[in-house]
Amino acid sequence: MIVVTNLHRTYHMGDVSVHALGGVSVEIAAGEFVAITGPSGSGKSTFMNILGCLDRPTEGRYLLDGREVSNLSDDQLAEVRNRKIGFVFQTFNLIPRRAAYRQVMLPLLYNPGATNVEQKAKEALERVGLGDRMYHKPNELSGGQQQRVAIARALVNDPVIILGDEPTGNLDTHTSMEIMAIFRDLHAAGKTVVIVTHEVDIAHHAQRIIGFRDGHIVSDERVEEPVDARSELATMPVEETT
Amino acid sequence: MNLLDSILVSLEGLTANKMRSALTMLGVIIGVSAVITMLAIGRGASQKTINQIQRMGTNVLVVMAGQTRQGAVRGGIGSVQSLTLEDAEAIAQKCPAVLKTEPEVSRNAQVKYHDQNTNTTILGTTPDFPSVRNFSVQEGKFFTERDVVEQKRVAVIGSTTAGNLFGKDSAVGKSILVRGIPFDVVGLLTTKGAGGPFGNPDDQIIIPITTAMKRVFGMLYVRMIGAEARSMDLTVEATKEMTAVLRKRHRLAQGTDDDFMIRNQAEFIEMVAQASQVFTLLLAGIASVSLLVGGIGIMNIMLVSVTERTREIGIRMAMGARRLDIQLQFLVEAMVLSLLGGTLGVLLGVVGSWVLARMTGWNALVSPSSILLSFGFAAIVGVFFGFYPARQASRLDPIEALRYE
Repeated sequence: MIVVTNLHRTYHMGDVSVHALGGVSVEIAAGEFVAITGPSGSGKSTFMNILGCLDRPTEGRYLLDGREVSNLSDDQLAEVRNRKIGFVFQTFNLIPRRAAYRQVMLPLLYNPGATNVEQKAKEALERVGLGDRMYHKPNELSGGQQQRVAIARALVNDPVIILGDEPTGNLDTHTSMEIMAIFRDLHAAGKTVVIVTHEVDIAHHAQRIIGFRDGHIVSDERVEEPVDARSELATMPVEETT
Repeated sequence: MNLLDSILVSLEGLTANKMRSALTMLGVIIGVSAVITMLAIGRGASQKTINQIQRMGTNVLVVMAGQTRQGAVRGGIGSVQSLTLEDAEAIAQKCPAVLKTEPEVSRNAQVKYHDQNTNTTILGTTPDFPSVRNFSVQEGKFFTERDVVEQKRVAVIGSTTAGNLFGKDSAVGKSILVRGIPFDVVGLLTTKGAGGPFGNPDDQIIIPITTAMKRVFGMLYVRMIGAEARSMDLTVEATKEMTAVLRKRHRLAQGTDDDFMIRNQAEFIEMVAQASQVFTLLLAGIASVSLLVGGIGIMNIMLVSVTERTREIGIRMAMGARRLDIQLQFLVEAMVLSLLGGTLGVLLGVVGSWVLARMTGWNALVSPSSILLSFGFAAIVGVFFGFYPARQASRLDPIEALRYE
C-alpha cells in the first residue's frame, strides 16, 4: 500500500537548512492500523504531510497504492488526495456555517466522476452514527460530533488510506474513545488507517506503532494486544454526551 | 466542481457577510447607474438638438462668411465679411437648384414697450425667411417685399419675446422701441419650442433686413444667407452652383480658397452629433471612474475574504481541490458581486435617468447599448479585480493554509 524509501525533507529558512526527515524508509501494508508517535519536532508531522500528498519529499521515493507520487505536479497531487486519501485533523477543520451533509459532500464536488453526491454524503454520516445530525451546522455540534463529521468526510470518496493527524487531540477521554472506536471499526472493515499522535494511550489502539525522533524512525513495533475502544467504552462510567 | 456549485458556494460566502457584500456591491451599483444615466442624458440632449435642427428645415443650406488666411494663419469663421444682400439675390436668381434665399443679419439689442423692456436678438431678413426656415405666423402677418424695399419699421415678434413685453396682451398693432427706434409689431410667430445650440427661436424680433442694416445697426455685410434647395436630393447640386456663383461674384482667382462656407443641415446634424458624442463620452468617462473605484472595492474585499478564509482554502485543497478550482471559486465570487451589482446598477440607472429627466425637464434616452456597455464593463471589472485575489488564494501552500489561525 505505502512504500517509502529513503525519504528526505529539508526546509530552507534563510541560510539555515532544517532536516525534518533524514532518510526514512518504511512499508505499510493494506488494511494495517498504524500509529505514528514522537515528540514535537521529531518529523512525524512532516512525514504525515508527505504521506497525505500535501507536501513533496526533497529526496526519496514514495509509492502509494502502486503509484510513484513523490514527483507529481500540484494538480496531480490534488487528484491523489481527492481519490486515495481521507484526512482527519486535530481541529476538525470543518467549513463554518455549513450543514453536516454538505461538509461531507465537499470531496465529492472535486471528483468529477462522483454521482449521487448527496446520497453518498448522507450514507457516510450514518456510518459514523450521525444520521440524525445531517442538517446541523458545526456550531450546533459537539467536538466529538464535529470530528465524526470530519471522519465521514474522509470516508465519503472511498479512499485507500485514512490519515488522522492527532484526531483526538482536542477531545476529552470519553469522546476520544468514541472516535478511536470508529477508527477501529474502519480498520475492521478493511481500511488502512494511519494516525499521528503523541499520546501513548491513543497509540496503543493501533496494531503497529512507529516511533519518530529527530527525523528518523527509532522504533517500529507490533502491538500484541491493541486497546479495544468498544470494550473500554463499556467499562467507562456513562457520561452525558451530546 | 462545476460552475453551478461554484456560484452556490460563492453566494453562500457572500451571504455570510451580508453588510460587507452589500457595501462592496454598492460601489458597482453606483458606478453602473452613473454610466447609464450619463449616457442617457448625453444621448437625450443630442437627440433633442437633432430634432430641433430638423424642425428648422431639412433642405436648407447656410452660407456663412468664410475664413481669412494670411500665409499659414487661418482666422476663425466670420473673421472676414464678404456676403452681401446682392449675393443672396444672385444665388436665388442664378442657381436653378435653389428655390429661395434669405439673407440674415442679427445682433442683440434692448427692446422697450412702455415700462417693460427686454434684451433679445434682432434678426434682419427678407419675406422668404418663414418659408426657408420653417417658421409660420400665428397672428397678424409677416412683413412684405415692399417693407424691405422701403426700409419700413415693422417687426414680427417671437412668442417668448411677446410674453416678456406684453404679457398676455395681443402683440400685433403695438409699438415697440428697438434701440430707441419705434417699430410697429405686425405679426406674431408660432411657438417653435425652446432650447438648442442656436438660441431660442421664440425669443427674437424679426425686422426687414434693409431696416436692420441701414437704420438700426449700420451694417454693410450680411452674417449669413439661408438657401432652400428645391429638394433634399438637390442640396449637393445647390452647393456646387452657389459656390460657382459666389466665387465669380467675389472675383476669386482659381486656386485661392473660398471666402465663404456652405453648410447643409445634414452636416449640421453630424456636427452636433459629434460634439454631443464627445460630451457624452466625457460624462460617461467621469462616471466610469466611479465604476473603477467600485472595482477596487471588490478587489479589497476579496483580498480580505481570501485572508479570512485561508483555512477553508487549506481544507478544500486537502480534500482535493486543484489550484484552478480555488481560483475559480474566488473569481466566481468576485463576478457574482460585480454582476449582481451591475444588474442592480442597470435598474437604478434606468429608474434614475427617468427620475432625473422628470425632475429637470432634460431629455434622457437609455439605449440598450449603454446598458450592455456598462453591464459588460462591470463584468470586466469583476474579472479584472477578482483575478489577483483569486490567484493569491490558489497559490497558498495547503499545509500553511491548514495551520492558519
